[in-house]
Amino acid sequence: MASLPYLPHTDADVRAMLEKAGVKTLADLYADVPAKFLKKGPYALPDAMSEQEIREWFASLEAQNARLKVFVGQGAYDHYTPSVIPYLTQRSEFLTAYTPYQCEISQGTLRYIFEYQSMMCALTGMDVSNASMYDGPTAAAEAMKMCVSCTRKKNTVLLSKALLPHVIKVVETYAKFHGVTIGLVDAPEGETSLKALQEALTEDVAGVILPSINRYGIVEDHTGFADAIHAAKALMVEYCDPSALAVVKTPGEWVADIAVGDGQSLGLPLCYGGPYVGFMAVKKDYMRKMPGRIVGQTTDKEGRRVFVLTLQAREQHIKREKATSNICSNESLMALWVTIYLSLMGPEGLREVNRLSSDGAHYLYAELLKTGKFDEVFPGKPFLKEFVLKPKSFPGLMQKRLEEAGFFAALDTEEGYVTFCVTEKHGKAEIDRLVSVIKEG
Amino acid sequence: MSKILEGLCYSESHEWVKVEGNIAVVGVSDFAQKEMGDITYVDMPAVDDEVSAGEEFGALESVKASSDLISPVSGVVVEVNEELEDAPEKVNEDAYASWIIKVEMSDPSELDALLDADGYKALIGE
Amino acid sequence: MKYYDKLIFELSKEGRCGFSLPANSFPSGAELPAVLRRESALELPEVSEPDVVRHYTNLSQMNFGVDTGFYPLGSCTMKYNPKINEEVAALQGFAGLHPLMHAGLTKGALKVYQEMNKALAAITGMYTFTFDPCAGAHGELTGLMIMRTYHIQRGDLGRTKVIVPDSAHGTNPASAAVCGLEVVEVKSLENGRIDVEALKPLLGPDIAGIMMTNPNTLGLFETQIEEIASLVHGCGGLLYYDGANMNPLMGVVRPGDMGFDIMHLNLHKTFSTPHGGGGPGSGPVGVAKHLEDCIPDLRVSGFHGNFGVILRAYAYILALGKEHIRKVGQYAVLSANYIKESLKDVYKLPIEGVCKHEFVFDGLVNDGAREGVPGATTLDVAKRLLDYGFHAPTIYFPLLFHQALMIEPTETESKETIDAFIEVMRKIAAEAAENPEILHDAPHCTPISRPDETAAARNPILKFQDA
Repeated sequence: MASLPYLPHTDADVRAMLEKAGVKTLADLYADVPAKFLKKGPYALPDAMSEQEIREWFASLEAQNARLKVFVGQGAYDHYTPSVIPYLTQRSEFLTAYTPYQCEISQGTLRYIFEYQSMMCALTGMDVSNASMYDGPTAAAEAMKMCVSCTRKKNTVLLSKALLPHVIKVVETYAKFHGVTIGLVDAPEGETSLKALQEALTEDVAGVILPSINRYGIVEDHTGFADAIHAAKALMVEYCDPSALAVVKTPGEWVADIAVGDGQSLGLPLCYGGPYVGFMAVKKDYMRKMPGRIVGQTTDKEGRRVFVLTLQAREQHIKREKATSNICSNESLMALWVTIYLSLMGPEGLREVNRLSSDGAHYLYAELLKTGKFDEVFPGKPFLKEFVLKPKSFPGLMQKRLEEAGFFAALDTEEGYVTFCVTEKHGKAEIDRLVSVIKEG
Repeated sequence: MSKILEGLCYSESHEWVKVEGNIAVVGVSDFAQKEMGDITYVDMPAVDDEVSAGEEFGALESVKASSDLISPVSGVVVEVNEELEDAPEKVNEDAYASWIIKVEMSDPSELDALLDADGYKALIGE
Repeated sequence: MKYYDKLIFELSKEGRCGFSLPANSFPSGAELPAVLRRESALELPEVSEPDVVRHYTNLSQMNFGVDTGFYPLGSCTMKYNPKINEEVAALQGFAGLHPLMHAGLTKGALKVYQEMNKALAAITGMYTFTFDPCAGAHGELTGLMIMRTYHIQRGDLGRTKVIVPDSAHGTNPASAAVCGLEVVEVKSLENGRIDVEALKPLLGPDIAGIMMTNPNTLGLFETQIEEIASLVHGCGGLLYYDGANMNPLMGVVRPGDMGFDIMHLNLHKTFSTPHGGGGPGSGPVGVAKHLEDCIPDLRVSGFHGNFGVILRAYAYILALGKEHIRKVGQYAVLSANYIKESLKDVYKLPIEGVCKHEFVFDGLVNDGAREGVPGATTLDVAKRLLDYGFHAPTIYFPLLFHQALMIEPTETESKETIDAFIEVMRKIAAEAAENPEILHDAPHCTPISRPDETAAARNPILKFQDA
């Protein structure tokens, strides 16, 4: 069998330690466990592998996955990751630290979280950000809970039907168990309808969750939404793609109360869905109702600027069942990833990412229509990097041909459309090749 | 040794009440603020909220703790001490000058269940 | 470690650039209508690539990780994070997979989930796992959703309460509240175990189940688990196992065999994946066979959970294999008992006897409470440890003791490291009696000294623009 290099104890160490512990054998350390619960016989596990065998085994698994150029988004976007990021996030001091409970030896973590909070506020136009959440959909679910706890005696939260499908599903799951009623607002013309919203804004509505860019890729116009929602004494939540916030109107500009979304589009690898990083930023009024960890600035005994976990009286380790949320571990290292990404890109880089993605997407949109194999679904509606079309025939065959040619594209949606997404990773030549596969099909 | 003012009513959960006609002015005792240490935030209800005797109406927060505020009387909140929103340390400085809420009582007989200064003194064992 | 004072925003200079993007090869595309365009300035830093690399390297040097030194943080299982795990998680064939790709394109990834499911079932005695939860508390919430679904599916709608011991992790009652359950607390006995007599009157037709950690947060095995399981099952409730303390049971005891119906594991504790300064974690939830049908309806995260973390844990399990798994539990328990017995003359041990992977001292013997003998608090001890190059234990938890100091060494620390820690802990105990001032002011050798946390909470400065 392969040896295990992670355990330092020698036989002599074990003997010496057993003696000090006052027992004769390792088994004696479990003398308080009823004998019937001690596992007899070997575990049904594989034989221990050496490091080389592990490496080879994973290489064989990796080879069973397709390697395709990704032209699908729907909540997971294939943006480029600068080489600096994995290099820095792999530094042991960041990677192998726990939550920064001992601030005197955790200033690295605390400082980058403070930078992250500052950047998320800058992107969203909100006042206060927390230190991260699990992912976008769970951040939306936390926002749903927050709407109810911030308003008095109200128990309904409205979701736009144009939110990404996985966001709706997760919020509905949380709401079912938390005892919150969910209402859905129609999006008949490809975006959330203000008229439908106004009709749904009953007295019991505590909040409304709207997509900044929706499941069809359409950038929604929320003119008049905040007035209607606030007149009904409810909170307005914007679910956003943070990468796009460099160019599209921010939750702050729409006068939303809470901004949530997934930071994945800020250079995180697709990695089959995780780890990603949810974000939440709010108006100052709701700071103390916000779930999750928050880092604040203060001074030490020498008067130096230092950073600490703060406003902890909201959290589960103090408030237990009365806490704003049960969240403890979040996605700190992915928040570092996002922070480094935004540092490298800066305002101009992020705008350029959007320009390249949008120009590529509009080019693909036009070229696909030229093939004659699609109809427009929402003609004239503004989009950025993602859009849907209606295929004129069953898309299964086209998808298969695309896969064989090395593309993951034209994913079908619940509504019978197919969805495409273009990022700065895809140049014109690659898009032309994708279109030619479809044309020939 | 904590300060205890004569003429106030006290609850076993360390709130004090000063009666002004039908209005109960509610705060926390000097003993309670000492137990909490540096208060960083006072979580208060809104005006027009209903409170019930024996039920929480807010909380005191310090860096590492949160302590519920329990209403000694039932009624409707008619005023909250907005000064505490930005200056929670005032509760530490003078717990009796820093009232938290004013309640229009629905059942003034609830006051009978509260302790007087001597009774409260016995409760905290000082 | 040295103090470094910059924030990335302070390195910014207009016109500097840290990105490298391809030229635009497209005909110019559509502009967004003005009403949809961002108007406010975007206050991100403008810095070069070397600026970024140096800044974050400097920040990292103010951090302490498992790779820096001993990290005996109780209930957090800060074991060594193997490097091969990082290598496999970064493979492009995994990292490049889109979560909505169908099964035919992701055979290797699906195999990872299948094999992990089998391995975790074998290790825990549960029937099957869901991998969607992204952390331990997320797993608790998911597990409680499964618990409620089970009762609801049976038409048993009155089970709205869950029993939680007073020694439980704070996430337990918080998760119950998020799940819409009312928390009923059960007291612990003097010996640190659940008071079975106090439990009995709580049981009834309104009880959905009980959440337990075994060993509990005092590191003590709940010896009456069989009776507790039979009582809770007898009233129609289910048993939930909080896997935060699974490490001492690795290879020795299986929660499923003890009667637990639902459990979560913290892959970032027991299964060696790095904690990343507070995540990403992964909190897979296992259920017994009779609860299998309660999982499918639940969507608790966006896609398939934290796949990158699951890959790392799988690599660890393959390194352990059936041959080494028992040593994980045994050595973790051995090290904890060794430290406990080596220090109990100078730190107060409230409950004698064999512990599991961790144990709790109730502060120093010289705690300052005795007339005429100087002393120091648990906070002082924790801060002084930082001066000697060790991370502090978990402090002031569990709440059962006023000066709790919770120590968990894990199996990956050598006897030499542990002996050095014991020596320093004894030295601090001596300092507390001889020179307590040095403890009250500690730490002295870290990049910063004790911060003003009260000021931070009273006047929150939460972003660069606030300062």
